[in-house]
Amino acid sequence: MAARTSPRLREMLVSVVLVATVAGVVLGVWELIVWKFELPKALLPTPRQCWDAAVLEKLPLFRATLSTGFAAIAGLLVSVVVGYSMAVIFSQSRGLRLALFPYVILLQTVPIVAIAPLLIIWSGYTFRTVVIVTAIVCLFPIVNSVTGGLLSTKQDTNDLFRLYGAGRWKRLLHLQIPSSVNHLMLGTKTSSGLAVIGAIVAEFFVGNGTSYNGLGTLMTGWTALVKTDALVSAVFASAMLGVLMFGAVHLISTICLRRWTRFATVNG
Amino acid sequence: MSESAHVSAIHCKSLTIQFPGEIRAVDQLDLTINAGEIVSLIGPSGCGKTTLLRLMAGLEIPTDGSVSLEPPVVGHAGGIAFVFQQPSLLPWRTTLENVVLPLDLIGRGTRQSRREIASHMLETVGLAHAATRFPSELSGGMKMRVSIARALVTDPHVLLLDEPFAALDDMLRNQLGQLLLELWEKRRFTVVMVTHNIAESVLLSQRIAVMREGALAKVLENPLPQPRNEQLRTTVEFGEFYGRVSHALRGE
Repeated sequence: MAARTSPRLREMLVSVVLVATVAGVVLGVWELIVWKFELPKALLPTPRQCWDAAVLEKLPLFRATLSTGFAAIAGLLVSVVVGYSMAVIFSQSRGLRLALFPYVILLQTVPIVAIAPLLIIWSGYTFRTVVIVTAIVCLFPIVNSVTGGLLSTKQDTNDLFRLYGAGRWKRLLHLQIPSSVNHLMLGTKTSSGLAVIGAIVAEFFVGNGTSYNGLGTLMTGWTALVKTDALVSAVFASAMLGVLMFGAVHLISTICLRRWTRFATVNG
Repeated sequence: MSESAHVSAIHCKSLTIQFPGEIRAVDQLDLTINAGEIVSLIGPSGCGKTTLLRLMAGLEIPTDGSVSLEPPVVGHAGGIAFVFQQPSLLPWRTTLENVVLPLDLIGRGTRQSRREIASHMLETVGLAHAATRFPSELSGGMKMRVSIARALVTDPHVLLLDEPFAALDDMLRNQLGQLLLELWEKRRFTVVMVTHNIAESVLLSQRIAVMREGALAKVLENPLPQPRNEQLRTTVEFGEFYGRVSHALRGE
């Protein structure tokens, strides 16, 4: 066991060192550019100035990150539930799949900034609107991935189920749903990053003149005040939030759902 | 040969199937597989062996003619079992859970009784120690043993095998052939096996049906005595019958 864990741990350490090195180089080059070209703080602050701004604004920044995080998680969860249900329906009816799948693609192609104002008219300047926008942004990767997973069972396995008279329900329960878990987690990983983007875009609109306070709202305010250093720290917070969400989904996938995600395809 | 009440004969009458835009995969085929008999289907690739097996399993609907079992298998009670070329195990189920699958699908007995039957079946194929392992933790031979155990867990009337040992090396192939013979000696179910391996068909089956272009070219009676074992491979009779099958395959 120790022999198996050791190379993995070493690989992880190497990865951490490499990532930290890249970050160090980027921050160094950034600092150098600002110093060399004598750029004003309003145009491009140094990493240190951004850090100072983050420390100064830590409370609003923390609260906003928490709000955006909650909205992103809620939107992602809604999209998982709705997307999975849609995928199950699509897998059971070719007719419905042919009729409705193009509309799911449409959801992906319509710019979210175009429909966000509409959603505000219908749902108001509320947390609910942020969740709806986030769910719309996250929906397509999940529906697309899970539908593929539900329909990608192998011919031999399908024959086996037919041989024992398994109807639609038993096939779904014992074959299609378990074999789609892997695809669900892949779709959810893709959507976890999108969830943060969706929530922030929604907050640009929802936070406008209301008590709602997310990262998007904070960014809008700090842009107006030309607080570039604080703005960069908010961007960094949103990126961290996306990484955290991706990591959480990955953890759930590898620990809680390992039985279903340890394999690539149904081939025994 | 003892004939159990749980064994069916298979009657194929003028059996024909034509897939859209293709020639007839099986064409006016008449064949009777006696109850408790082992018959090998052998022939060049694309001659319709697997299609015939799938017709027997009810996985294909004939364009013309019929396949019937005598006594008939009622509903989907697991009376017909099929072993595919690949083990086709569900990777998220343990070995035991894979074997129990057909009983879960049929809904036979309680959960506990189903697991007991499956455990017993795993013991029979020598895999009791691997009950909690996942397919990814098993070797190719072990996977195929699980596949055979899964097929036999419903105590089927008929066992259909589609090149079950084709992906295995010679040693494993021989071991699993022997296992099949031992299981058949105990239960005497009807067996139809598609194979490309002449030696395997000679050792395992009582009759060998040679197919060509969707039809039966020849049916050969195997003169080798029962019970069979690996030692038979070195006998003169084995060699002679092997030669006859080989000639029939070449159309001589």
